[in-house]
Amino acid sequence: MNLLNLFRRGSAPVARERLQILLAHERTARSQGDLLGILREEILAVISRHVAFEVDKVQIKMDRGKSVSTLAVDIEIPNGQPSLARGCPA
Amino acid sequence: MSQGKSARVVVVTSGKGGVGKTTSTAALGAALAQHGEKVVVIDFDVGLRNLDLVLGAERRVVFDLINVIHGVAKLPQALIRDKRLENLHLLPASQTRDKDALTEDGVAKVIAELRTKFDWIVCDSPAGIERGATLAMRYADTAIIVTNPEVSSVRDSDRIIGLLDSKTEKAERGECVDKHLLITRYQLGRANRGEMLSVDDVLEILSIPLLGIIPESEDVLRASNVGCPVTLNNALSAPARAYFDATRRLKGEQIPMRVPNDGRSIFNKLFGRKAA
Repeated sequence: MNLLNLFRRGSAPVARERLQILLAHERTARSQGDLLGILREEILAVISRHVAFEVDKVQIKMDRGKSVSTLAVDIEIPNGQPSLARGCPA
Repeated sequence: MSQGKSARVVVVTSGKGGVGKTTSTAALGAALAQHGEKVVVIDFDVGLRNLDLVLGAERRVVFDLINVIHGVAKLPQALIRDKRLENLHLLPASQTRDKDALTEDGVAKVIAELRTKFDWIVCDSPAGIERGATLAMRYADTAIIVTNPEVSSVRDSDRIIGLLDSKTEKAERGECVDKHLLITRYQLGRANRGEMLSVDDVLEILSIPLLGIIPESEDVLRASNVGCPVTLNNALSAPARAYFDATRRLKGEQIPMRVPNDGRSIFNKLFGRKAA
């Protein structure tokens, strides 16, 4: 056992975990191309068929996790827009 | 190697700058020459050449790689023979041109000509992933990926491995460039204390075979200060011994991996674990 580890945990395990997560994603991205860009365009295309919104009022956030990643698309829709929710989401 | 030579082309690359590509090119090139191999080291860092300086040949550069590519000089005129090791030759980069002066055809011709004259062609890649770096790796049979045990260096190495698997001539023929990891600036004590990524961490993340572990050492700086490869300047120093071991592995010998100490042995004994 390392004496110092009793008092302080090194930062190397953090470095290692961050790298493993990052590189898993970067390696996938290398073969997939610009996945985030494609998702953004297609999602916005679907929504814009039904609601009017301003492109600069759209926020897209990606959080890459070890086993699960989340993609959050936040679109500000002005009030008074015709509602459309008749479609059936998959 | 036999006469009627066909050299092995090695690229020393990393993506990230400042990790020790030029130092390692000089040390491995010299170590191969010290083993009796006929070696040429080529500087691909057009505009920011430094291999000449690390080899102590900076005042002897007349012609360079770009001159040869453009037909201004013949290859033998541009090659500089090391004054200490007669088997070691340098083809310097141009300091005044920019990297766009390198052409794929030009580099191919130079490499093809050198293949017939040498046992080893060691290409010192510039940092980055642009023209100089892609052409340095373009015709490689073997790649040495120089990595520091640090997050940005490991990430960039991973990117470079991706390029070696897609953008080299071998990859385009459906073959695979032989890839080896060289970990430099390693501090065993700090790795044992969990302050620095360990050799095992880096190997697990990059999953390519390990060529050697070069310890952080003042001998490396001292060697570059005086313009002499560390394997020649102080052959018994820890980094020199690590480079000699790496060289033997590069030649195909199976020798056990030693984790060199970084010289803080008393401290390590008190606070560090034994290397795995």
